[in-house]
Amino acid sequence: MSSSLPGGSNAAGEAGSARLRGNSVKYVSPATLRLERVYEQNRQRLQKEDGARVPDPATTPQIKGKPRLLLMGQRRSGKSSISSVVFHKLPPSETLFLESTARIQKDSLNSFMDIQVWDFPGQIDIFDNPNFTFDMDAIFGEIGALIWVIDAQDDYLEAVARLNSTILHLQRGYPHINIEVFIHKVDGLSDDYKLDIQRDVTIRIQDELSDQGVENAPVNFHLTSIYNHSIFEAFSKVIQKLIPRLGQLEAMLTNLCRTCRFEKAYLFDVNTKIYIATDSTPEDMASYEICSDYVDVIIDFTEVYGSWPRSPQWRARLEQPPWNQSLEDQVACEWAESGLVLSDAQRPIMLREVDRFLALVAIMKEGSYDKMPQINMNVDVVVKGLTEFFDITKPKEGGRVQQQKILQPGKGR
Amino acid sequence: MSEMESGAGAAAPPPATTPTAHLRKVKKQKVLLMGKSGSGKSSMRSIIFSNYLARDTRRLGATIDIDLSHVKFLGNLTLNLWDCGGQEAFMENYLSQQRAHVFSNVGVLIYVFDIESRDVERDLATYVNIISALVQYSREAKLFVLIHKMDLIQPLTREDVFDNRVAVIRRKTAEAISIVRKLQHHPSSPAAAGQGLPDLDIDMQMFATSIWDQSLYKAWASIIHDLVPNLGVIETQLASLGVAIDADEILLFERTSFLVVSKWTSKEGDRNPYGDRFERMSNILKSWKHTCSKFTGTPRNAEQFSDFEYKMGANFSMFVTKFTTNTYILVCMPPGEARFNSAKLNVAAARPWFKFLDGPVIAPAAQVPNVPSQQMISTAAAEGTEA
Repeated sequence: MSSSLPGGSNAAGEAGSARLRGNSVKYVSPATLRLERVYEQNRQRLQKEDGARVPDPATTPQIKGKPRLLLMGQRRSGKSSISSVVFHKLPPSETLFLESTARIQKDSLNSFMDIQVWDFPGQIDIFDNPNFTFDMDAIFGEIGALIWVIDAQDDYLEAVARLNSTILHLQRGYPHINIEVFIHKVDGLSDDYKLDIQRDVTIRIQDELSDQGVENAPVNFHLTSIYNHSIFEAFSKVIQKLIPRLGQLEAMLTNLCRTCRFEKAYLFDVNTKIYIATDSTPEDMASYEICSDYVDVIIDFTEVYGSWPRSPQWRARLEQPPWNQSLEDQVACEWAESGLVLSDAQRPIMLREVDRFLALVAIMKEGSYDKMPQINMNVDVVVKGLTEFFDITKPKEGGRVQQQKILQPGKGR
Repeated sequence: MSEMESGAGAAAPPPATTPTAHLRKVKKQKVLLMGKSGSGKSSMRSIIFSNYLARDTRRLGATIDIDLSHVKFLGNLTLNLWDCGGQEAFMENYLSQQRAHVFSNVGVLIYVFDIESRDVERDLATYVNIISALVQYSREAKLFVLIHKMDLIQPLTREDVFDNRVAVIRRKTAEAISIVRKLQHHPSSPAAAGQGLPDLDIDMQMFATSIWDQSLYKAWASIIHDLVPNLGVIETQLASLGVAIDADEILLFERTSFLVVSKWTSKEGDRNPYGDRFERMSNILKSWKHTCSKFTGTPRNAEQFSDFEYKMGANFSMFVTKFTTNTYILVCMPPGEARFNSAKLNVAAARPWFKFLDGPVIAPAAQVPNVPSQQMISTAAAEGTEA
């Protein structure tokens, strides 16, 4: 057992944040530069075509910086189900009752970063609609990702064809948009069959794109289902691409894992169970599942026992002698913290709240439960680092809402 | 020691001089699980007692004739669970040839209705027949009616649908009882029959259930609640533990099913607005257990976690820990490190109070003739299918 050194991880954290500050002053990514250019070109082109409908230069994507996820795909492919399950915590079985989406559903996700989710009705092709022209800039103007949902249990040729034409349209005007293809409803399909479908869809899209002369389009594929964790995992990947300086976050977690001998650590968005960063050890679906379920357990317990106010008498009784201290002084940590020991190899799992949206969850090496106090100190340092990180990377806004120090039960929104 | 010997002797009565003599004798309860084919009887049994996940129950096939299982509960209570296949041929068989065999000595009958069933009239007709047979052979039996698959009904209309069905079933139950009454009082005058009604009244509870949410745990917790021996002793001791450690709520779970065996709540804890929290805890912990088993690769029924603690700043603290061999305990309490640590130690110290929960299984004489009866059923089933 190597002894864990709070000092070491602290120093690393400081070095990390120093590097971060140095960078954040002058660094503008090539993507941002190109985006500005593209946006400006578009604006000028539109100005020529139609004087009345000019997008305001002030609304450039960089300034607002509210990433947007667009959910598109054929009708009945599961777009609304996905957004309800991931962002509204609807039990997957209840998605049976969802009505078909008739207009664009705009959702705003209030979390560690404010994300907009737009759910498009599947029957409307926004690029080719004689009755109604969509304001492309309003839709695609902001940085984000396009999520294209394909029903794997249905005939997907038409969906793939539409996806292709969408990608071609986007490549012309908005090449910065990540295109994430969710090959959806793969629960119940055998692993071989899933991979076959993924290969088939990938080849069809790549062939079509290269025929049209588009190379290296930012298209990614995910196999998903709302009945297991795959949809959350896929969303995690999508959202991680939108996080500025993800590498720095990952470095902090990797450092923590090395110091405290964790097997795997995740930084979770508590409301959606999307993980926004993990350490550098290989991806492991099983550990993601258990950590994400652990977050669920904590949320449920919090809702049942922590979401209602206790009476003043209760508090008075607890603060009277022999305690003689306010409840706040009786606790060691004002944030939620939790630990659990698995029976098989005595492997502990720990959770620590970072702020009102994020929680750090880690699987530890067997037998390290009695080292908990030391580990807690290390975690404290990392949590401090993370908080600083988000302070720095957060888009500057005046009068930020006061931080509320409770894990929000997800359903209360 | 003497307990062990008597257990081996099988014929000897349980000794009256053991320290646990004041505790009620252990007995076997016959629990019938009935309902139309495909209504979800075996699914719910697998979820509650065999730790199946709701979605895994798709793999279950139809139950052929009676599936007998002896479910060990709390170590010293064995539920003699008869999962009765619901296909019509079997049902007729239970009502005719096997009538006395199936319906005698029943402790509890659980009747499952499928809310989505197309042929409600026919379901109810079968139900009436079953209830008449039950009342005829086991007058003391408790009846639980589960209106199952409620998840298939739109959430808004669930309550109405359930209320309507409850009314219909109550009427049918009364009908069934009056049939038996008529049979028994056949020679006598109608007036006398009317007076006989209270005797035949049946203890009945209805639940809307679904395997996809916690409603199943609510129903089953009430079912087993009445079967647990020495409940009074458990409750008093839990209460004194709760007062001693300054807790707000204590729940005692059975180890495998995670059904709430007993609970204690302080005055402050009673203000908790979540009335459904007990079944919710069962549901949460059970699905957590399943996650763990997937992660560790250990069998579903094995013990998955030994200790859980959660401190939510200055709001509350709680822990769930292995208590006796067959139980887990959940304690929710006020915040504070010192309070928390001493409560953990005190709960560990209180373990011996509850040792009786794990008492050795005293083999009652009834267990011996049970084996041939099991064979009898399977041979009867073979004959039934051939015919």
